[in-house]
Amino acid sequence: MGSNMAEAHPVGFQWVMEAKAKDAPVIHIDPRFTRTSALSDLHVPLRAGTDIALLGGVINYILSNELDFREYVLAYTNATFLISEGYQDAEDLDGLFSGYDQATTEYDPETWHYEGVSADPTLQHPRCVYQILKRHFARYSPEVVEAICGIPKEQFLRVCTAWTSNSGRDRTAALVYSVGWTQHSVGAQYIRAGSIIQLLLGNIGRPGGGIFALRGHASIQGSTDIPTLFNLLPGYLPMPTPAHSSLAAYIESIRGDKQKGFWRNADTYVVSLLKEYWGESATQDNDFCFDYLPRINGDHGTYRTVMDMVDGKVFGYFLLGQNPAVGSAHGRLQRLGMANLDWLVVRDLAMIDSATFWKNAPEIETGEIVPEQCRTEVFFFPAASHVEKEGTFTQTQRMLQWREKAVEPTGDQRSELWFFYHFGRRIRQRLAGSTDERDRPLLDLAWDYATHGDEPSAEDVLRHINGHDLTTGRVVNGYLDLRADGTTSCGCWIYSGVYADGVNQAARRKSRFDQDLYALEWGWAWPLNRRVLYNRASADPDGKPWSNRKALVWWDAQRREWTGHDVPDFPKDKPPSYVPPQGAVGPDALHGDDPFIMQSDGKGWLFAPTGLADGPVPTHYEPHESPVRNLLYGQQGNPTRKIYERPDNPYNPSPPELHGAVFPFVFTTARLTEHHTAGGMSRTLPYLSELQPELFVEVSPELAAQRGLNHLGWAHVITSRAAVEAKVVVTDRLAPLRVQDRIVHQIWMPYHWGPVGLVRGDVVNDLFGVVVDPNVFIQESKVATCDIQPGRRPRGPQLLSYLADYRRRAEITATTGTQLATTEPTAAESGRSTTEDPA
Amino acid sequence: MIGDHSLSGPLDDVAANAGHLDHPPRVGFFTDTSVCIGCKACEVACKEWNLVPEDGLNLLGMSFDNTGMLGANSWRHVAFIEQQRPLGNQDTGLAGLPTGQSGTGQTTEVVSSALRRAERGGGELGTSPLPVDPQPVDSQPQNLGMPSFEPPGAATGAEGRTDFRWLMASDVCKHCTHAGCLDVCPTGALFRTEFGTVVVQQDICNGCGYCVSGCPYGVIDRRPHDGRAQKCTLCYDRLGDGLEPACAKACPTDSIQFGPLDELRARAAQRVEQLHERGVTEARLYGHDPNDGVGGTGAFFLLLDEPEVYGLPPDPVVPTRDLPTMWKYAGIAASAFLAAAVAVFVGSTR
Amino acid sequence: MGNSRGNPPLAETRDPAGDQRRRARGRRGDDGSREQAMVPRAEFRSYYGRPVLKPPVWEWKVPAYLFTGGLSAGSAVLAAGADLTRRPALRRAGRISSLLTLLISGYLLIADLGRPERFHHMLRVAKPTSPMSVGTWILSMYAPGVGIAALSELLPSKARRTTPGRLLDRLARPAAVASAVVAPAVASYTAVLLSQTAAPAWHEAHPHLPFIFTGSAAASAGGLAMVLTPVDEAGPARMFAWYGGVSELVAAKLMEQQLGLASEAYTTGRAHRLRTWSQRLTAVGLIGAALAGRRSRAMAGASGLALLAGSALQRFGVFEAGVASTKDPKYVVVPQRQRLEG
Repeated sequence: MGSNMAEAHPVGFQWVMEAKAKDAPVIHIDPRFTRTSALSDLHVPLRAGTDIALLGGVINYILSNELDFREYVLAYTNATFLISEGYQDAEDLDGLFSGYDQATTEYDPETWHYEGVSADPTLQHPRCVYQILKRHFARYSPEVVEAICGIPKEQFLRVCTAWTSNSGRDRTAALVYSVGWTQHSVGAQYIRAGSIIQLLLGNIGRPGGGIFALRGHASIQGSTDIPTLFNLLPGYLPMPTPAHSSLAAYIESIRGDKQKGFWRNADTYVVSLLKEYWGESATQDNDFCFDYLPRINGDHGTYRTVMDMVDGKVFGYFLLGQNPAVGSAHGRLQRLGMANLDWLVVRDLAMIDSATFWKNAPEIETGEIVPEQCRTEVFFFPAASHVEKEGTFTQTQRMLQWREKAVEPTGDQRSELWFFYHFGRRIRQRLAGSTDERDRPLLDLAWDYATHGDEPSAEDVLRHINGHDLTTGRVVNGYLDLRADGTTSCGCWIYSGVYADGVNQAARRKSRFDQDLYALEWGWAWPLNRRVLYNRASADPDGKPWSNRKALVWWDAQRREWTGHDVPDFPKDKPPSYVPPQGAVGPDALHGDDPFIMQSDGKGWLFAPTGLADGPVPTHYEPHESPVRNLLYGQQGNPTRKIYERPDNPYNPSPPELHGAVFPFVFTTARLTEHHTAGGMSRTLPYLSELQPELFVEVSPELAAQRGLNHLGWAHVITSRAAVEAKVVVTDRLAPLRVQDRIVHQIWMPYHWGPVGLVRGDVVNDLFGVVVDPNVFIQESKVATCDIQPGRRPRGPQLLSYLADYRRRAEITATTGTQLATTEPTAAESGRSTTEDPA
Repeated sequence: MIGDHSLSGPLDDVAANAGHLDHPPRVGFFTDTSVCIGCKACEVACKEWNLVPEDGLNLLGMSFDNTGMLGANSWRHVAFIEQQRPLGNQDTGLAGLPTGQSGTGQTTEVVSSALRRAERGGGELGTSPLPVDPQPVDSQPQNLGMPSFEPPGAATGAEGRTDFRWLMASDVCKHCTHAGCLDVCPTGALFRTEFGTVVVQQDICNGCGYCVSGCPYGVIDRRPHDGRAQKCTLCYDRLGDGLEPACAKACPTDSIQFGPLDELRARAAQRVEQLHERGVTEARLYGHDPNDGVGGTGAFFLLLDEPEVYGLPPDPVVPTRDLPTMWKYAGIAASAFLAAAVAVFVGSTR
Repeated sequence: MGNSRGNPPLAETRDPAGDQRRRARGRRGDDGSREQAMVPRAEFRSYYGRPVLKPPVWEWKVPAYLFTGGLSAGSAVLAAGADLTRRPALRRAGRISSLLTLLISGYLLIADLGRPERFHHMLRVAKPTSPMSVGTWILSMYAPGVGIAALSELLPSKARRTTPGRLLDRLARPAAVASAVVAPAVASYTAVLLSQTAAPAWHEAHPHLPFIFTGSAAASAGGLAMVLTPVDEAGPARMFAWYGGVSELVAAKLMEQQLGLASEAYTTGRAHRLRTWSQRLTAVGLIGAALAGRRSRAMAGASGLALLAGSALQRFGVFEAGVASTKDPKYVVVPQRQRLEG
């Protein structure tokens, strides 16, 4: 679901095909019939943005038919836990959970917490998680799923039976998702909903089970582990805020009070990280330079930053391997922002659209950017490609794989490592001798990497990431070796162990034919080379495999240790029957049957008492832009989604607002196998460009007939932000859906084209506005509403008036779409008419 | 040279027949289209390895196929076929949806009518643009500007499409047992390698173009601006180094399998049987039979429909099969010509 | 367009990927006007209507060579006959025209190559399975005699008196006869050249093309001789033209009737138009030769030109039919499918 694996991850899809060869049924749930669907046993088309309704339906099916893997659920999840008395569910509050503040549009999660440590192993208590779930999803019936998602009941039931009958003691089912799930205003809750099903069916921590997040690029997993995100430090440590007045306060905020599990050791991770950053300057006395870390005080995400660029609050910008002029939502806003900088640094393989926007952006045609007047000074640094430098890739299985340099980069091309190492070195040189306090964090940096010639050694960097014992100078063998007293350093605690025994474990390449199925000697997966996370759950509470067929790790009573095909993700010598002493905290507090060792209670969370901004259980909300009213609740969309109320970020109206019919169709985008995301690595290459040479828009034959669209003729897609023209491809791979007694058409476009390259085209992401998920600030770029008309779009200033006319017809203002709480029916809603004529 | 089965029919040892005395086993491709995901990695890997030039940046509207066909600059070609019929027991989820008529007929019509006007009758497909009629017949919008929310059932009815499948298949030179291109080549540029494959020697070919018309599959072609005939070499250079061809190496799902032909044929037979057991009764092999018109191909396929649906000839025959007959007729005609010449002089007086 | 509901025949179509033709028929049926003009098309499936075969890369130079080559062969035969039966004007015309057309042929053959500078690679091998290789060696055997014979005609009288001149004079007759013996092969191998291709219209026509081509060669050579030779010496030429023209017309008619679907490539489109004109001109030429060839030099010349044009158009028509049969997948798919199902 939310993944077009065959097209976006064709190399990984070989394993799906291998499973299929062994008779595993493959189900693809996606708005379109894709190359993945073509190879699946069952394709289920659904309306984009309604996955939680479908998943909720599956949860309801499991619970109401008692098809959950009861022993697993009782032992390993928080199903039995009781929730605070003050908790009110979305079912009680018309789509809101208790704790919602209308003014801030945020939740206070106080009432979502556990009621002490009480639990009901009979699952009968009305406030136990199991019963809460049951009530919450009771209305997600097959009929409701059909009415919301457009999936016929029989089809939906086929998914339910396939999923449940392939789960349990002897069988497991895997769930795969990609950005089709994450790029929604409720994205994090999509994944939560999938997790609930997998936990109920006992598919987590077991071979053949799990939830696979297929990432968007090579090593995007790596760039979240060692993040390029504003709110995280390496190893998923949160970025400190002004509230964290001291290191102790910061650490306490991570590990909580008397918490179980390995986050309890956060002090060792943080101190070792600070020691890695600031070396000898970091001492116990100065809180290990904790105050050198910048603080965040709100949303500093990429979209906020771009708006600040437009508003003249940001002056410089680095783009590394990113092409926001094409690849980010609301491309126009991105380009206008970049056109209002003092300087912009672009490091890429080719002159991408984001480096040349000042001379060939679409805004030049409309007069919004004038090359002669554009103030931004662009510095382009040619980058070395992945074959021209050494280092690791971290893939979706959290596996680091080392790759060698195949050829020397030519000309001025340099690796990222070279760029940043020397960038830091030169800045420090420039600042040397400064007495300004604000320069201390830079001047005190350790910055002590070995080099080959002037190229920093990637192996040495990996060694720093792995960490050292500073008393001996030797590398540590894993995060269990880290200490909080400043005697160890570690660049990323979860990667600790990648250089265990002084060996580059990521560079191991023992053939899979020379080792067993789990291939533990190929590359290295964090944490500590464990291939299946939480694999303690692959054994029953007594430590025995749930079944021979699905054995992964188990307790060896004779040797008194955990053993198996994988590295056990559990304290190696802790017996299944272990009960911790009173008052134990951290890893010591884990029971012998607490597989979820990173969770504060050791259990898999069916109900998330903390950590989510938009509710403890997933709930169906309509996308920010939707053609229909939420069938289940007065609350239309995610009440905590982040909207940006600005004239340059207009939203199409959605019910209960009026005039949504001006944009009557559901719009979604995705990738093609043949191109790289924003095209920076493919539009310049003839062998890829020729395979998908032109932007096109896919429509069903039904919509083509309705709108007069001809195969290979021109059409343009319109939202309140932009109009984008493309060649029409009429295909049976799209089909209209019946949603709440209406027929809803979905339109799909790939988004790889832009103004530069061998093949060029309009920027599809211009069609989206900016609205983001409140948990992770990911934009909703997988669903919006739109109109489509035959022929090419207007050009130049006429385009602007054409769009203004659309906005006028839809009566769009800066406040359209910004009313988040909709539980009170508005006057407008009662007057809504289905026969409204958008023309 | 013209012995039994040298021109047509089954030939056990094709390399020996071509004069290779001590040679490795005959190798080839088995392309199992039932697991092809249409990623086109084969096309790209082939071009990268063999330095085949780019072949036109044209949207063809043939589903996801923008290569069009095999040719001098496309030695692998992935076909995409959207069909209104089921694939084995696959469920496309269309049942119960408010669908109308299939669009595949209309899209095919757009492409095929453009092809009739295209350069070389479509023989340049993918290389030169497809001359699509800017104003097709059905250009009248039917209810433009009408409310988009139709009443329930508006688009349903007996015509609603329910069956659908999307076939993908990577095509390549067949490396025939009796290769039409090789037989007609007048310079010896085309030759049979020790691996039993058919390769053009680029330093010999003078671009006579005969092979282009000699191939019953429409594979080989002359490269514009270069003038020489080009086609898949089955990565002859890689084979010599013990490597598999680039396309097979790049194929993520093992749709393209490389190996000794005997092994591939055995594996393919098993695969067909397996698919039949799973309800994919339409699976069949193409090119595996040494008794077919080209003596069996070195690159053969598992298809899910008739060959012509993929653009392949259903029962190709090497033109050489009829060579003795052709010369016989030519001999008679030549004799008659000479006899007539003698007769007109003998018979005419002044 | 009258029908916006869609096309009922399509809804019945089992597979849409190839049946656009049937659909086209269905649609046109609704407006009634063009329906009658549509030839009922065979039902078959294809890949978006795309050709299965590669249309030949050969352009006008190859059919032009088919004509000039045949003309050269016919002329060489006539020249040799004239020499042996002491018809000096016919001999001279035949020898010179056979060389000129041979030179033109050589140019056409080389210019049609993708790499003309490598034309001599044709001589690397002698390959019986390749009619082009066989043809190369036939031409190699044919050309020297034609050259010697023509040179002896063109030799200025001063040079004729030198020793090499006398030698050339003496060699001319045996050389010409040798060429004339090879000439039938020159005139006929091109039929095999075309037939040994996958182009259905050429391949299926392999029993007929040799007769059409040798006939066409004889008709054109006879025609050219009628243009260049006084009527009293041109008797054999007229008869040769008659033989050629008649056998060409008869063989062509039989071919149209016996090829099954491939006949359609000859009887429709551009090939049909070319061949219709060819047959008309050949017939006119034959009648002219018969009625007035003996009496009027002008009439004989005109008849000869008609025969030449008819022969040339026949070659272009046959060529065009073969090309057309590669462009439309039906010529490949329908007969092969019938073979499989038959």
